[in-house]
Amino acid sequence: MPRKIYITGLGISSAIGHTLDDVVTSLQSGRTGIKTIKHVDSRFRGVLPAGEIDFTNKELADILEIGSVKTHSRTALLGMLAAKQAWSHDNALPLRTGIVSATSVGGIDRSEIAFKKYMVTHDIGGHLHQLVSHDCGDSTERIADYLNIEGFVSTISTACSSSSNAMILGGRMIQNNMLDKVLVGGTDALALYTLNGFNTLKILDEEWCMPFDKNRRGLNLGEGAAYLTLESEESIKVSGSTPICELRGFGNTNDAFHQTASSPNGAGAYHAMALALKRGNLDISEIDYINAHGTATPNNDLSEGTAIKNLFKDYIPQFSSTKSFTGHTLAAAGSIEAVISVLLMKNRMLVPNLNFHNIMDEINIEPIKILNENVELKTILSNSFGFGGNCTSLVFSETA
Amino acid sequence: MKSPLYINATACISPQHTMESDDFLKTDEINIDIPMRSIEPNYKSYIDRRYLRRMGRMVRMGVSTAVKTLKEAGVDNPDAILVGTGLGCLEDTVKFLQAIYESDENIASPNQFIQSTHNNVAAQIALLYGCYNYNFTYVHRGFSFESALLDAVLHAAEANDQPTNILVGACDELIDMYLEVIEKLNIWKPKNTSDKKAFGVGNGNTPGEGAAFFAVGNMQQPNSIAKLEALQMIYKPRSKEVLLAQVKQFLSIEDIDLDTIDLVLLGHDGGNNAKDDYSQVVDELFSARPQGAFKHLCGEYKTSGAFATWLAVEMIRQQHVPSFVRLNEIESSDTKRILIFNNYNSSNYVLSVISYV
Repeated sequence: MPRKIYITGLGISSAIGHTLDDVVTSLQSGRTGIKTIKHVDSRFRGVLPAGEIDFTNKELADILEIGSVKTHSRTALLGMLAAKQAWSHDNALPLRTGIVSATSVGGIDRSEIAFKKYMVTHDIGGHLHQLVSHDCGDSTERIADYLNIEGFVSTISTACSSSSNAMILGGRMIQNNMLDKVLVGGTDALALYTLNGFNTLKILDEEWCMPFDKNRRGLNLGEGAAYLTLESEESIKVSGSTPICELRGFGNTNDAFHQTASSPNGAGAYHAMALALKRGNLDISEIDYINAHGTATPNNDLSEGTAIKNLFKDYIPQFSSTKSFTGHTLAAAGSIEAVISVLLMKNRMLVPNLNFHNIMDEINIEPIKILNENVELKTILSNSFGFGGNCTSLVFSETA
Repeated sequence: MKSPLYINATACISPQHTMESDDFLKTDEINIDIPMRSIEPNYKSYIDRRYLRRMGRMVRMGVSTAVKTLKEAGVDNPDAILVGTGLGCLEDTVKFLQAIYESDENIASPNQFIQSTHNNVAAQIALLYGCYNYNFTYVHRGFSFESALLDAVLHAAEANDQPTNILVGACDELIDMYLEVIEKLNIWKPKNTSDKKAFGVGNGNTPGEGAAFFAVGNMQQPNSIAKLEALQMIYKPRSKEVLLAQVKQFLSIEDIDLDTIDLVLLGHDGGNNAKDDYSQVVDELFSARPQGAFKHLCGEYKTSGAFATWLAVEMIRQQHVPSFVRLNEIESSDTKRILIFNNYNSSNYVLSVISYV
């Protein structure tokens, strides 16, 4: 038996809340965080909906009690806010610690400012300080330094499955006895870059997104961050942490079909879910709920739905996408949905897949439509898929 | 490391003639042109035209070295594809940013956006080979390549004595805007890179680029060239003493006697402090050992460790340390065990040991 991976800390910053309690309240009351864009300096401001976080960078810096934020990317600030809730540690303890963080945009919001000036003046001088945080590793190091995390430090970027993959690496390092305690998760800020990128791909919905609905038109972007602390059994004895649940299984596969689109039969998704169950030594009948990737693009939801149907056959568990609450937070989506999954488990509830009305013609599957309370959720599967065919499934289970 | 990782094939694109020649170690003349740009092969020999058309330069460098590596290893469905890149597809990123402003956010084509995704190289390799297996991309500064390598070590440990084949590598590209920025930041001090000693300490560095891939596995095979015996990343040690202690701890945990090290391959990053912590630790620990340099050959970039690893593997394969690598007069009779000690920006340090099989 591989070593167990315990989840002992959770933190989140998203359009539906910046504390675990606020997120639970939003989910329970069916309150989406998706509104018309207010802050990002874009032609889409006031036009497109997104899961935008209301705090300005300055406000985030005040909450974090850090001084100047001239070179802090929004990605780093959001990450720090979520990571701070999840991580508590005394470096004097004899434990091997680390952080594995994920991001897809990194500090591109800062690069955009520098670049805009460059495009106007053709002089990069004077705005260079904006570029030092461009790379993906910057936000990870800022989080590590802010929380005084020593030891292993790394960053993963596999598009929209990034933070799920950060959880996989952290979990494997614990299973292989390389680390005792590790902070894992991801962060991504809304940026001109991704707004324009997804707009050009013509997969943004101009209204609220409708995951798994027959008439779904596309996704709403979002921003945010979420982190989880993973620990080994030995670590818990030393740190005194209380296990919340276990990271029971995980699988990463590649769809090997197309750079941005998912295969019609959802081969990558199917294999990722099957691998996660296998690695968790679980049968399909043991999954109580699937937190789907469910971006609400025509392509993803049909492909993922098909994979779910092919794998679970007649035993399709209750499932939903929570992206109609948070927006699609790209690299942060996996860890945000991991935290949401764990919160649903702990609060014994399942919440409706917002904006769902009609079943897809091609496959007869229906996501959760009403609030279910006092339900036993022993085992939850969560999916995250990204560009480049990257497919990841995670399984969380109650601590035995 | 509990068990070593066997290296069965490798390929490298760099500012030197490393891709389409096997004789680089015997060359009399290294490329010292600055800025240091890769000597690129005829990509059509490695990648189908249909795919090549959309690929940016970094993707071409990465995918072609991966293709050459897999071919040499005789592997067409690796159990894992692991890639490190410090800055990703910079050229396409800048082009897309430019398009955002030039078009006032009315961009016609998503191609650059799609191509600029950090995991593009790993994804393209999976697509080319129809490989459904584990596919990760690491993007952490001076640890990008080594994180991918560490993932390979984990895979080898998890294989439970079943043979496993893993593709691991790294790539980064140098673009004009990057040169412009770091020149203005006074990081880059252009100079003749043939002076390998001056390259390192206190003279600023020369940015570079390149790609290197390795086919690795958990078992020794007839085609195994070398093995990775140990790997350690050290993040921002608080002081020189802490760095020194961590290097010593690594040598002790991995049971490495310095007398058995035939070459210490060093990666002075060209920081402006002539006596930085790294240089002091190098002097204190390795002054009695044969030392070599590599950044005068590839330039400084976040995944230069992949070039260093390729160089170490080649020197072991050919049992030869070229004079253009040597930093001191001390020589070893063998070339069987090389310790790489790299430094990125005095915040990401890496130690690894590559040895003869």
